[in-house]
Amino acid sequence: MTATKEAAPISDAKAAERRLGWLLCAPAAIVMLAVAGWPILLSIITSFQRSDLRFPDDKGFVGFANYATVLTSEHWWTAFGVTMLIMVVSVAVELVLGMGLAVVMHRTLVAKGLLRTTVLIPYGIVTVVAAYGWQYAWTPDTGWLAGLLPEGSAPLTERWPALLIIIGAEIWKTTPFMALLLLAGLSVVPDELHRAASMDGAGRWQRFVKVTLPLMKPAILVALLFRMLDAFRIYDNIYVLTNGAQDTASVSITTYHNLVSGLNLGIGSTMSVLIFVTVAIIAFIFVKGLGTSTPEGGR
Amino acid sequence: MTKTPHIGTKGRTLCCAALAIAGVVPLLSGCSSGDDGGVTINLYNAPQQNLQQIVDRCNKEADGAYDIKLHTLPRGADGQREQMVRRLAAEDSGMDVLGLDVTWTAELASAKWIRPWPKDKAAEATEGVLEGPLQTAMYEDELYAAPYNSNVQLLWYRSDLVPEAPTTWSELIDVAEKLKSEDKPHYFEVTGAQYEGLVVWFNSMVESAGGKLLNEDGDKVELGPEAVKALETMRDFAKSAAANPSLPNTQEDPARLAVESGASFGEANWPFVYPAMQGSGAKFAKDFKWAPYPGIDGPGKSPLGGANFAVSSYSEHPDEAFDATLCLRDPQSQLTAAVKDGLPPTIESVYDSTDTVEVTDPEGKTSQVGMADAYPMRDAIKDAIKNAAVRPVTPVYQNVSTVTSKILSPPGSIDPETTEQRLREQIADALESKGVLP
Repeated sequence: MTATKEAAPISDAKAAERRLGWLLCAPAAIVMLAVAGWPILLSIITSFQRSDLRFPDDKGFVGFANYATVLTSEHWWTAFGVTMLIMVVSVAVELVLGMGLAVVMHRTLVAKGLLRTTVLIPYGIVTVVAAYGWQYAWTPDTGWLAGLLPEGSAPLTERWPALLIIIGAEIWKTTPFMALLLLAGLSVVPDELHRAASMDGAGRWQRFVKVTLPLMKPAILVALLFRMLDAFRIYDNIYVLTNGAQDTASVSITTYHNLVSGLNLGIGSTMSVLIFVTVAIIAFIFVKGLGTSTPEGGR
Repeated sequence: MTKTPHIGTKGRTLCCAALAIAGVVPLLSGCSSGDDGGVTINLYNAPQQNLQQIVDRCNKEADGAYDIKLHTLPRGADGQREQMVRRLAAEDSGMDVLGLDVTWTAELASAKWIRPWPKDKAAEATEGVLEGPLQTAMYEDELYAAPYNSNVQLLWYRSDLVPEAPTTWSELIDVAEKLKSEDKPHYFEVTGAQYEGLVVWFNSMVESAGGKLLNEDGDKVELGPEAVKALETMRDFAKSAAANPSLPNTQEDPARLAVESGASFGEANWPFVYPAMQGSGAKFAKDFKWAPYPGIDGPGKSPLGGANFAVSSYSEHPDEAFDATLCLRDPQSQLTAAVKDGLPPTIESVYDSTDTVEVTDPEGKTSQVGMADAYPMRDAIKDAIKNAAVRPVTPVYQNVSTVTSKILSPPGSIDPETTEQRLREQIADALESKGVLP
């Protein structure tokens, strides 16, 4: 796309064409605003209200009171910490594993299609279904994995083992997605550069670190951004595995508990706004700070 | 009361057609029209195998005045509540009669989602109803629901291992230690997972110790030394030989399975475990006995469960809905529910009824079954209901419950004094719908 602005006056035909363009995309824009913009606006408005469905008569604006309540709540910060932990650990492990898988898939000469399909299977399974699989696997008596542990241990009933299982389930499920994104990045690295590097005496590892990784930076950043935003919103695995028991709730689980179980729209909306803001901050850091959106590397 | 705007017949047909295409019609019974002149009353209830039979009888008795249509909610209590509150919040007129868990009445009444009962019909709905179940249907001295079935936990044990049932939790621990030293199954199952079941246990413990969670009006925390005593007992139990390692994750059904599989010698649980045990094929099924719920210094107060029927505020046919409800919970219906589905009645006289219900066994043979055959433990249940611990009646029960189960979980980590203090503070916040739910 060219960024230069045309200073010359626009001809009538061109202006008409531009108007037509606006008209054609208007319905889509309006629908987008209605389905995405309005709910966001509504939750922002609700976050400034005391709005508890059980007390319909006590509704009213309370300023930042809900924010004060949420931001001083130990439950919220515990959930926030858990979410961050899950996000950082799972995405870090996925990056390493995904890169490994991508390299393997890239280098394989035989049965490429079959390999890629196989790797993708965990990603294809509905998260909730997979989560139930893990839940049964880790439950004493019914589970094959729990059977490997010492007699009488119930990992899902303890905080750290449960968190590890949740992170493990996340990694198992989304590593293939990471691998696919990285594979796309890997395939744009020209072979000539590798050959040139090896002529200069660079070993396998040096070529990977000095040639492949820098060229793949945009792809890696995009993959990281996608997965981090995704991981931050983690819901289904936790919902099935512990439903937030033993301090394993993520911010999404906590928000759901307040909104739907607690019927407290004010507090729940405040939480969703906070999640929205956090997600926006993460995206902002990636896009502005690391230049994720510009594959060419220029800003 | 909020009026829902009427969509014209044409609009409704169009709307239904569109929804049918989207494949969501089964969820939206507002589309079912009673176009033969009669009024359709949509009943939403938790899954209950033979409820349709009760509905059929009521429809026959109504003789065209109304036609009840049964819709089944999800199996889990949270799923049921969720579907109903979502639709009530959206002022959905497609629900008329709602089957509510006993703890939801106050909440839905406070939200103005269910109607108070008119005087004359209230009299009929409460006649001969046991005190505990009746309390669960009241909010601010008004009747908001008709008690349909009750439920109460008892102590279930294997008499081949434990000849005499213990009456207190400390006796239970002694029994477990003795069994452990003899290398026999020594676990006793309680619902210790972080969910409502844990609150149910705690509430019974506090009431057994002579205390209460909340005051009479349900707007102030009570707790106090009795609660500390209850917490001590729970912690001691959770750390004793009687506690299964899975205790912090045990809900009703895993508790039942642990006993059926022979891993545990007993459980505190609802009466559904009795027919399940008889059908399980366990060789000790014949030795499976019941006793009153254990207490702290003496006999305990059982947790009280059950369900009530309420009429939605958004129902377009409240009169018919109230009438239909009266039939759905009348003695005949309660007898059917008790005999065929194992749900304990709320009307006292039904326990002693000599009437029978026709039951068809899996082989197709029919027989006449009465309370005495279906409920060998009916007197124990009736006595337990009369002495049961009713959970606090407050619109914010859900918050109180969530916060409580969070703080008490896992039971082994309870530190009586501090835990009581934390409960006191956070329940107080929850009562003002101020705090954050974990």
